[in-house]
Amino acid sequence: MAMKKVTGAIPSIIVLAVVVIIWWAAVVLTKSVIFPTPGKVVMGTLELASDGTLWEHIAASLFRVGAGFLIAVLFAIPLGLWMGWVHGAYVTLNPLFQILRPISPIAWIPIAILWFGVGNASPIYLIFIASVFPMIVQTTTGVHTIEKRYLRAAENFGVTRKKLFLQVVFPAALPQIIVGMRIGLGVAWLVVVAAEMIALRSGLGYLIMDSRNAGNRYELVVAGMIIIGLIGLMLDGAMRLLENMKNVRWRYVH
Amino acid sequence: MFIKTKIVVEEVRKGFPTDDGRLDVIADLNFKVGDGEFVAIVGPSGCGKTTLMNIIAGFLAPDTGAVKIDGVPRTAPNRNGVLITQQGSVFPWLTVRENLLFGLPDEISNREALAQEYAELVGLKGFENNYPHELSGGMLKRAEIARALVVKPEILYMDEPFSALDALMSLRMQNELLRILAKERHTVMLITHDVEEAIHLADRILVLSPRPARIQATFDVPFAHPRRVSNPEAQALRVAILKELGVELV
Repeated sequence: MAMKKVTGAIPSIIVLAVVVIIWWAAVVLTKSVIFPTPGKVVMGTLELASDGTLWEHIAASLFRVGAGFLIAVLFAIPLGLWMGWVHGAYVTLNPLFQILRPISPIAWIPIAILWFGVGNASPIYLIFIASVFPMIVQTTTGVHTIEKRYLRAAENFGVTRKKLFLQVVFPAALPQIIVGMRIGLGVAWLVVVAAEMIALRSGLGYLIMDSRNAGNRYELVVAGMIIIGLIGLMLDGAMRLLENMKNVRWRYVH
Repeated sequence: MFIKTKIVVEEVRKGFPTDDGRLDVIADLNFKVGDGEFVAIVGPSGCGKTTLMNIIAGFLAPDTGAVKIDGVPRTAPNRNGVLITQQGSVFPWLTVRENLLFGLPDEISNREALAQEYAELVGLKGFENNYPHELSGGMLKRAEIARALVVKPEILYMDEPFSALDALMSLRMQNELLRILAKERHTVMLITHDVEEAIHLADRILVLSPRPARIQATFDVPFAHPRRVSNPEAQALRVAILKELGVELV
C-alpha cells in the first residue's frame, strides 16, 4: 500500500521537477536580474523562516481565514438548512443570494474599508463574504436532495421534529454541507491575499506586496506565492478528512 | 379462521391528473384483511399496486372511500404499520444499531436491549455498529426488516421487498420472513409481481386487474408451512393465478 502510494506520486514529482527546471532555465537564459531562480526562492524562504517573520505572516493569514470562515460556517449552515427545509424561506431569500453571489469579494474592498476600517475586521469580512455563499447554496441543495424514501421512513415511525432534524435532515445533508465547506475554505484562502492588500502589516498577502514594494524582493514574492499554494493544499487535505467520516462516506462511495 | 378484521379497504378510488386529463389508477376496491393474516397482492405491472399500498399505509389519501385499521379510518402513517419497499430506506448515515433505535420512542427504557434483540433475530449479530454501505444487499434488507419489527408494529406493508435481490437471496429472505413470522405474528400485506413468492408466503392472494385496478380474483393458499412451491397443488394454483394475469402456460 505504502509502496503503491510512492509509485503513484512519481508522475506528479516528475512534472514538478520539470516545471522547476524550465523555470530555472528560463531565468538563466533570459539573464533576468529581477525574476528569481528557484534556488534564490529557497534561500529567501529560509531567510524568512529563520528570522521568524514567515511564521508570523502565516499565523496572521490563518487567523483571518479561520475567523472569516468560521463566522461564515456559523451563518451559512443554519441558514442553508432553514432555506432547504422551509420553501417560503427559499423563495424569499434565494434571489438575494443569487444576486450577491457572483460579486467578486474584491469588489467589496472599498465597502469593507468604509465599514470596518483598516485592521483585521476588513479582511475577515471579505473572507466571510467569499466563503458564505457557496456554503449556503450547498447546504440548501443538501436538504433539497434528501431522498423522499428517507423522509417517508421517518414519517412512518412518527418521530418528533427534533429527531427528524437531528437524525434525518441534518445527517442526510451533511455530505453536501462538507462539499460546501471545502469550496468555501478554498475560496476563503484564495481571497486572503487580496484581503491583506488592504494596508495591514502582517499576513502572506502583505508579505507579497511588501516584498515587491520594499526593494523588488521578487524571491520573497514567489516564496509567498508557493507557501500560499502549499497551505491551500493542506487546508483542502484537512477538509477531505471530513469526507472520510463514517457517517458521510455513504454519499461518496458507490 | 381469523378472529377479527384488521384492515378494511372500502370503496377506495384513486386517480391522478395528467396532461391528457385524468388517469384512473384504482377503481372501487373493496377487501378485508384478517388480524394476523398474510395477504399478497399480485397484478400486472403499472396496475396501481404501489399506489394502493401507499393508500393503505397512510402515505396517500384516496379520492373516495376509506381505509380502516381496527375500524378507525387511516389518514396518516404511523409506527403501528411499517412500510418496507423495494428500494429500502435504511438510513445510510446511521449504523445498524442506530437505525433500529430510530423508530423507538425515547421514553422506552429498554431501547438498547430491544435493538440488540432484533438485530440478533434477523441474523445481524456482530454487525450492529456497521454502516449500511458496509453491508451486502441481503444484510441491508435484514436491517430494514429488523428496524420495522423492533417497533412492534401490528401490520407490515411490504411493497416488492425482495425484488431488488437476486433469486437465491430473495428465496432466503422469504424463508427468513416466515421464520420470523412463526415467532411473532403480524398482519402482513405483500405486493409482489412474483406469483411463486406469493404462494410461498401468503394465506390469501388477491389478483388485481389492469389499471384501473379492481380485484379480479381471490385465491386461498391452503398449504401448511414449510411449503414446497414445486408440489403439484401449488403449481396448479400458480397456473390458475397466472391465467388470471393473462399468462397461459403451455
